[in-house]
Amino acid sequence: MIFSDADLIALAITLKLALISTGILLGLGTPLAWWLARTRWRLKFLLEAVVALPLVLPPTVLGFYLLLVLGPHGPVGGLMETLGGRPLAFTFTGLVIGSVFYSMPFVVQPLQNAFAALGSRPLDVAATLGASPLDRFFTVAVPLARPGFLTAAVLGFAHTVGEFGVVLMIGGNIPGVTQVVSIAIYDHVEGLEYAHAHWLSAALLLMSFLMLVVVYGVNRRFRLAQP
Amino acid sequence: MTIEARFRVDRGEFLLDVDLSISAEGVSALFGPSGCGKTTLLRAIAGLDRHRNGYLRIGDETWQEADRFVAPHRRRLGYVFQEPSLFGHLNVRSNVEYGAKRVPSSQRKVSVDKAIDLVAIGHLLERSPGTLSGGERQRVAIARALAVSPRLLLMDEPLTALDQAGKQEILPYLESLHDELEIPVIYVSHTREELARLADQLVLLEAGHVVATGTVDEMFTRLDLPLAHGSDADAIVEAVVVGHDEHYNLTYLDSAAGRVSVAGRALQVGDCARLRLAARDVSLTLEHQSGTSILNIFPAVVDELTAEGDAQVTVRLLAGGVPLLARITRKSAAELTLRPGTSVYAQVKSVALLS
Repeated sequence: MIFSDADLIALAITLKLALISTGILLGLGTPLAWWLARTRWRLKFLLEAVVALPLVLPPTVLGFYLLLVLGPHGPVGGLMETLGGRPLAFTFTGLVIGSVFYSMPFVVQPLQNAFAALGSRPLDVAATLGASPLDRFFTVAVPLARPGFLTAAVLGFAHTVGEFGVVLMIGGNIPGVTQVVSIAIYDHVEGLEYAHAHWLSAALLLMSFLMLVVVYGVNRRFRLAQP
Repeated sequence: MTIEARFRVDRGEFLLDVDLSISAEGVSALFGPSGCGKTTLLRAIAGLDRHRNGYLRIGDETWQEADRFVAPHRRRLGYVFQEPSLFGHLNVRSNVEYGAKRVPSSQRKVSVDKAIDLVAIGHLLERSPGTLSGGERQRVAIARALAVSPRLLLMDEPLTALDQAGKQEILPYLESLHDELEIPVIYVSHTREELARLADQLVLLEAGHVVATGTVDEMFTRLDLPLAHGSDADAIVEAVVVGHDEHYNLTYLDSAAGRVSVAGRALQVGDCARLRLAARDVSLTLEHQSGTSILNIFPAVVDELTAEGDAQVTVRLLAGGVPLLARITRKSAAELTLRPGTSVYAQVKSVALLS
């Protein structure tokens, strides 16, 4: 067996984290991107800057603040405790929250660009054909922005798989709960278990490459099919 | 049915200020140079742009007034844009059905099949929009708009984005819509030929204001409007085909101005047709000429004259009540002592059959 049980669990946690985070990101990011692409609000650049922050911020900084907020003495963590729950730091839920913030720009930006590229014409046409705003969003905007959705989903997923700093800060490194592949690799290297580090690294490399190949391949075909 | 529209749109350097009441029978054309506000007005009528203090009433339905604004998707109108703007993710059939599916069946007057037949796209239904020519795409866009069974069809220069072949491909279909459907049409154009062929009445726009409205034959020949003054000035005459000359290959038509002969065999007896008489092809004589090669000679009365530059004069004539234009030299006008009321004969060198 190439992978130890702990490695397999780390892989499973990583995939689960990435899938859940991507799902939440698409759910939150789609309306946000739609709004950002279409609003004429003068101050929207402020919100765009906030969304883009994780691109430039060291992940440890983001993780540090999240730890403060979600920990037992933070506002959210404290609230959870008074409600009879547990603080979110060092839990899987805490990891998901961290990932959602950290990967937000990778989902919102492709979607926003895809929606902006549509222009208002197809939506105007759909309006004159009797489609209500929600109807035209789902039957015109979403199908036409399909390459944007694919890009957003894959980048959000891949970026979550690849995160390290945020996870370390907010998740700790609890095997079976919050230990993800990137941290498992780090542990193997620390322990001079290079063979294990090799296999896990190769697995991530292959997975990332395949995902990007799918994105670029599908987007190319989609572009060719467009007038 | 009457269309009443009042809009005031102030965009700094551009002001649209329109108070319009037109009868919505047939095709009403909004005509004017680029940038005069035609498209802005059309979008306001469609409700695609919402302007405060606008007022819009179509027949017995109010689409916009002080505290009321009917969203565009509830107006049931057809809108054909300059570019066909087909949905790239749907094939031709789904494009045409997109609007039709959203109309309650009780209000469906134009079936999808009828819309498809009218513009002859039956052979394209399974194709993707990307594989169609420009003319084919615009035909699909027209079918898509018609399949909504619109109460009002808006067309924003539907031929402008097409090459000459595409224009010639579409025009006959637009003419047949006119004949076969009883949908009022507002047609935006800045091309005289399209007006001559399609429009029943004309709204002349200039710099955001309505300059004049009236029927096409009247508006084309009003000397106080720019339409009568270009080098392409012409008069439109409605006529009915009454027979053909097999031997000489001619078509005879009757109009209020008199019998007209047109070269070539076209149409059937009883068909209505529009004739175009270019002002520069009309010459005037005081007596009826015999021994002339010109077949079409109409007795007429001079109605009005205006100078056209230094050397020429445009003469507006009434031939049996039908307005015609003649572009002659100022010298000829002086030698014939033309003035309003003078009886003349209008000799028309060539008459074009428009439909």
